[in-house]
Amino acid sequence: MNTSILLSHSRQARRYIVEMVAVAGSGHPGGSLSCTDVLTWLYDEEIDLNDPMRDRLVLSKGHAAPALYAQLAVHERIDPEELLTLRKLGSRLQGHPNRTDLPDVDMSTGSLGQGLSVAVGMAWADWYLGRSRRTWCVCGDGEFEEGQIWEAVMAAAKYKLANLTLFLDENGLQIDGKVLDVGGMDDYAGALKAFGWNVLEIDGHDFGQIATAVACAKKSGMPSAIVCHTVKGKGVSYMENVAGWHGKAPNAEQAQQAYEELEA
Amino acid sequence: MKEATRQAFGKALAEAAARDPRIIALDADLAPATKTDETKKAVPAQFLQVGIAEANMVGIAAGLAVSGLKPFASSFAMFLAGRAYEQVRNSIAYPGLDVKLCATHAGITVGEDGGSHQCVEDIGLMRMLPGMMVLQPADSVEAAAMVQYLAGVQGPAYLRLSRVAVESVFDEGYEFVPGELRQVRPGRSIAFVASGVMVRECVDAAQRLEGSGIDAAVYNLSTIKPLNKARLDEIVNAYDLVYVAEEHLKAGGIWSAVMETVDAPQKVKSIAIEDRFGQSGSVAALMEEYGLSAAAIENRVLEDQRASLAMGIEQIAMAGIRRA
Repeated sequence: MNTSILLSHSRQARRYIVEMVAVAGSGHPGGSLSCTDVLTWLYDEEIDLNDPMRDRLVLSKGHAAPALYAQLAVHERIDPEELLTLRKLGSRLQGHPNRTDLPDVDMSTGSLGQGLSVAVGMAWADWYLGRSRRTWCVCGDGEFEEGQIWEAVMAAAKYKLANLTLFLDENGLQIDGKVLDVGGMDDYAGALKAFGWNVLEIDGHDFGQIATAVACAKKSGMPSAIVCHTVKGKGVSYMENVAGWHGKAPNAEQAQQAYEELEA
Repeated sequence: MKEATRQAFGKALAEAAARDPRIIALDADLAPATKTDETKKAVPAQFLQVGIAEANMVGIAAGLAVSGLKPFASSFAMFLAGRAYEQVRNSIAYPGLDVKLCATHAGITVGEDGGSHQCVEDIGLMRMLPGMMVLQPADSVEAAAMVQYLAGVQGPAYLRLSRVAVESVFDEGYEFVPGELRQVRPGRSIAFVASGVMVRECVDAAQRLEGSGIDAAVYNLSTIKPLNKARLDEIVNAYDLVYVAEEHLKAGGIWSAVMETVDAPQKVKSIAIEDRFGQSGSVAALMEEYGLSAAAIENRVLEDQRASLAMGIEQIAMAGIRRA
């Protein structure tokens, strides 16, 4: 782990996110910025995009597509210029990630609540085929209001999928307001433990804590959930902890301010 | 031989799984009914029990396909096509994954369980999905042949199976050719283009119609999507009148698909369930009530003949009045 490279990659990824959403004129900056440190960790430390037998990722909160595309640009799998095609007709960078458009996308996502089930299937298949790779899944906390999530949580425990790790990006906000007001719960860690998962709870913007949690997850004989306390809109002052930035693009002036803050 | 298509599906899937370790049978707590218990017995390592959670089963199946396995996910049509529709759409059809959805207990021939369990909308739901192949066998021989075929092809597919046992239409050794539209019974005056359990009903109806001097042909439409347009046009062109017979709602089903496809849709009539749900009853009573039994089909055809004859006489009379 090289913290200065991780920090530099996450800053670069955040600049890309702001830029592509601003140019697209629509998209989801808040939830992209909240999971950017987790994705930076995954693509720096766990997933080598040049290795065909690499680990797999299901970005179940598919509206955070800009965060995923930013990583592909940071790791030179796509040209940064292509980021500016986001959400445009004919672009490989669909509003929500699609595997048939972009081969580095392991699963098409976007309809909330479906990705964890797919990750369970992928992890089961790797176990069945005797492969040693891991399946990573990133979910949002609002997404945990979908019943299918709990079906998948139950199934992963039943199959003792030790090769499955879930990052729960708990930024506390969703479109209609605070997750707690809209329909969520405050003790995801307790709930996941009750389902039999190995659960770790961390600050999802602290690479040291991510490293420790991932190391624990890899040693567990059960599926692991890393509940990440995060800030929606992290890194852009006026977006931080504001639900209104869930699905809104910054204007040119706002984008400029964001670039300046992210240079610091 | 009288056997349900689900029975043949169960046996054929177990055999296919025994030959190919990539084939995985997924079940949502209905193995004795969907007959995936055959795979469970034969190759237990390739049987995945997910519990009563069809949306999750569809997602897990998608994940298996992403990782290079060949999943066959099975449940009742109501729950696979109905409950899990959006998962089928977004986790399987949209990413174009190699998942075979095998739905048993389709249509009203579910019988006594009633309308909540009788899926009469699934063909419409599934054929609307871009890239989804939709198959329905006429009998157990064709069901087994279709499983063998599906085990060898890539891409998403929906296999529609029935609970009820039907008399065989095809002989052992029948080979499934997608889009074939095989003639099951020759005839010159009208044609039935039938699918699933309706093939047998139409063959019986055609026999009954002989007594009224109507020589009806029967064709088996078992590849619902993609439809073989050239072959359908050939059939429609060869007859004055063609009936599409299906155990499904008229809206959105096979008749709709045929009407969207053929060059002469005005010659094509529908034998299907009108705008209503199913209900409890014996299979025979339900088929009668919903106008799908051989006797009901015979009556329908004779009524249509009388009506067109009456219309013909009226037209001649009208022409006479105009001339006068």
